[in-house]
Amino acid sequence: MIEFLTIGLGHYLTLAAVLFTIGIFGIFLNRKNVIIILMSIELMLLAVNINLIAFSAFLNDLVGQIFAMFVLTVAAGEAAIGLAIIVVYFRNRGTIEVEDINLMKG
Amino acid sequence: MILQGITFYIFATIAVAGGVMVVAARNPVHSVLFLILTFFTTAALFVLIGAEFLAMVLVVVYVGAVAVLFLFVVMMLDINFVEMREGFLQYMPIGMLVGIILLVELLMVLGTASISPEVLATGTEPIPDLTQRQNTAAIGDVIYTKYIYAFQSAGMILLIAMVGAIVLTLRQRPGVRKQKVADQLARRREDSVELKKVQPGQGI
Repeated sequence: MIEFLTIGLGHYLTLAAVLFTIGIFGIFLNRKNVIIILMSIELMLLAVNINLIAFSAFLNDLVGQIFAMFVLTVAAGEAAIGLAIIVVYFRNRGTIEVEDINLMKG
Repeated sequence: MILQGITFYIFATIAVAGGVMVVAARNPVHSVLFLILTFFTTAALFVLIGAEFLAMVLVVVYVGAVAVLFLFVVMMLDINFVEMREGFLQYMPIGMLVGIILLVELLMVLGTASISPEVLATGTEPIPDLTQRQNTAAIGDVIYTKYIYAFQSAGMILLIAMVGAIVLTLRQRPGVRKQKVADQLARRREDSVELKKVQPGQGI
């Protein structure tokens, strides 16, 4: 029981793995809704951050936390650009269904 | 130690449940709200592990900026979300299959991996004791000295993202009458007013 309640690296990595899998699952499940797909990507990036910070804490190395900050930066930029593209696309085409986005297919 | 374990399990359960609800909720607004819940509980887990600064950054950046951005976009666009959920059950089995395979693979890697004590001793930036130096100060010590170029590039990335988002969404509406200050200031007397000598009884 005590061993069960002693939190180690494995606990955090398992949580991150579960969250990452949920992100992948979400992309499969909501194949039409690009906004939910973006949210799933955010979930996956969050799982990566959990991994980085867990390793940083349990290996006693601060660099992991700094790298997590850069991941956060990129995630914020990606969300901003992605949502801007969605807004522009909706303005031009009136739909954001993934199946309808085929202008570049030629 | 026991309290820490109980706290971890509570927050981990909430985070996973929130994550499931993000992908499974019918209404995208609810999805965003569950995403916020997941971020908050993850921030709590970060506090639990000693990464306080990252926890606060997570709350400020993700909940304060990214999630609100999602919320705005979801509410701004007039989309029929019910229609979008068609085929939800059709994709369920393949999604489940891929998800379960991936999870099993990840857990197999985690189950067999172990950290050698030699690696533990070779950390480049050891975390100072929290009573001696706070987490925020410790991160600042490293990020403003050793990783200053990376930090500056992160700032550039954010700037470029901001400029890109503005350039993408800015639109010039034709037919809108706005005040053009530059044109007003550039106007000269010779362009607009002409003096005519009018003879009495003749007109121009």
